[in-house]
Amino acid sequence: MIEIDRITKTYNGVKAVDAVTMTVETGTITVIVGTSGSGKTTLLRMINRLEEPTSGEVRINGVSTLATKPHLLRRRIGYAIQGHGLFPHHTVARNIGAVPRLLDWPKDKIEARVDELLTLFSMDPAQFRDRYPAELSGGQQQRVGVARALASRPDLLLMDEPFGALDPIIRARAQDDLRRIQKALGSTIMLVTHDMEEAIRLGDRVAVMDGGKLVQHGTPAEIIAQPATDFVANMVGEVERPLRLLSLIPLCDLVEDGDAPGAALPADASLRDALAACLWTGRSAVPVERDGDVVGRVTFDAIRARAELRA
Amino acid sequence: MGRAGWGLSPPGVLFAVLGLGALLLPFLTVAANRIVAGDGVLPWRLAAPAVTLPGTAAVMAGLLLGLPSAWPRLRFAGSILGLAGLLWLLMQGAPALLVGAGDYARVSPAIGFWCLLLILMLLMADALAQLAPGSLARGALLAAVLGTLALILWSGTLSQLSILQEYAGRREAFADAAVRHLALAFGSLATAAAIGFPLGILCHRRSSLRTTTLPVLSFLQTIPSLAMFGLMIPILGWVGDSVPGAQAIGIAGIGFAPAFLALVLYSLLPVVGNTVTGLAATPPSALEAARGMGMTPRQRLWQVELPLGLPIILTGLRIVLVQNVGLAVIAGLIGGGGFGTFVFQGLNQTATDLILLGALPTVALALVSAIVMDILVELASPTPQGTA
Repeated sequence: MIEIDRITKTYNGVKAVDAVTMTVETGTITVIVGTSGSGKTTLLRMINRLEEPTSGEVRINGVSTLATKPHLLRRRIGYAIQGHGLFPHHTVARNIGAVPRLLDWPKDKIEARVDELLTLFSMDPAQFRDRYPAELSGGQQQRVGVARALASRPDLLLMDEPFGALDPIIRARAQDDLRRIQKALGSTIMLVTHDMEEAIRLGDRVAVMDGGKLVQHGTPAEIIAQPATDFVANMVGEVERPLRLLSLIPLCDLVEDGDAPGAALPADASLRDALAACLWTGRSAVPVERDGDVVGRVTFDAIRARAELRA
Repeated sequence: MGRAGWGLSPPGVLFAVLGLGALLLPFLTVAANRIVAGDGVLPWRLAAPAVTLPGTAAVMAGLLLGLPSAWPRLRFAGSILGLAGLLWLLMQGAPALLVGAGDYARVSPAIGFWCLLLILMLLMADALAQLAPGSLARGALLAAVLGTLALILWSGTLSQLSILQEYAGRREAFADAAVRHLALAFGSLATAAAIGFPLGILCHRRSSLRTTTLPVLSFLQTIPSLAMFGLMIPILGWVGDSVPGAQAIGIAGIGFAPAFLALVLYSLLPVVGNTVTGLAATPPSALEAARGMGMTPRQRLWQVELPLGLPIILTGLRIVLVQNVGLAVIAGLIGGGGFGTFVFQGLNQTATDLILLGALPTVALALVSAIVMDILVELASPTPQGTA
């Protein structure tokens, strides 16, 4: 558990981060979202003490981060940044093994960990281990950057706009990968982004920052359904709110008995996908399948009722 | 592409035209003694036609082989053939011209020889640039060239040339001068590196130090070399006179110490400047990641900044080495020794070949240093070729 306790950062009398308090549960993804200048990156960098807080403190599993020397603290906290920050003169294996090497892991343990992570990120170790970063595509570089941040099994992974440099299609895939890997490893992740879409897609919890203050902290559904301020509502986008809400709900929540014409959608697709299918093909209901068998249908009316209910 | 395969290399055409023109210039000069001006002799008048013809033909053939742009190997072979022709003409021409010319007569290479030598070396460099050999191949080639040169000088086939006669009378002095010259050039480089690297690293860390240090070093660099060596005389003279024990370790107004110090001062700007530039060349995101993963400042320096900046830092050393090999000549003027001694003696005696005895080894040393350092810079490149 990560506890952020009234943490404040002042630059020349201006509060970049103003008394932010929040708690991050172990094994969850918290996305900090805000416009540029909102203090979200400063907040993240105070957790591994790349910035020293002016006041307040951060506790990881009950222990204050101020109790450890900054460089020793950082070896326990993964850190992935926009543009990956890989060392251009080191191979992929050496880049991923950087933190375990700082921690003096034995050589064979580092090698095994590197191969394990490459496999986890769908990169064949034999093929990629000895390549240099410049020999990889943008998406591969980004994956190696995240693998490096996870290499020493850190208590916490901090990510600063990790997907900012990727094109939209690769970014969506990287987000899915991160979700899958986070579930597999049970990692605790704090991720900073300016993209509300990304925040809703990835976050178990979303924290919205504005002018150095934490204005709302809750589940994606809460952020969409009950925005605390006009700023949050604006970030979510007034027009897109019902669609964003629907994108959070899987079809299995609304599935009912009955037949429907046309192609079936998988049960873990979102209501937004089903709505799009209805509108596009002029159907009033779509069939739902699980493991190849049709298990029922979701109707257009049910989707509309669900969107109205919350909004 | 078929036409291009038979195309002419523009530099090759230039070299051929200039080279054929240079064949019409005096190749050697014969003088009654080492001081007076000599008379130029054209290549085909050096000796009997049966002797000069193979040499001239080899030079012409070499220049013509340099023409086709599609075959760099052939062009390279052409430059070798041409140089062999030059050597043949030197070897055959010098003894032939000395026959009956008197006991004090001297034979020296003339304008035609120097022009052809330059043109053929440019042809070789151009062909090599096309071939783009790897660093090891270039090292081997350099060793081969130096070996051949040493073998030719050792064999005594050129001993009739005036410059080698000047050498013959000064074997010991030449060896001393060579050792002294190397000590000045490499010693000042090592000292400047020992001071400059830590200073560069400190300047990289503290911008306040950087903004005061670099202008001072730039100012030192702008002092003309003769003035710098001259300035050292009163300064070190005073130190030698007033500091006890200073004279005992060789510190005096003239000699090795002032020359060495002047060279060190000249070397500091390239060393410090390139160290600062090299360290600053690290991608900011890599540095941020290094900090974020918990590297200490020392680990960041040794594992990230220095390896990535090494090619730029070595380039600084290359500049210093080539510069100091040349500047060390001026040490001869203030009794510092080195090849400059012969240059200034030769100037005083108006003996051109004595000047060359100092100048040619200096040029060769600078050239070899530059090539070796280039190879080192390439080997130090942190990522494999073509991926940086």
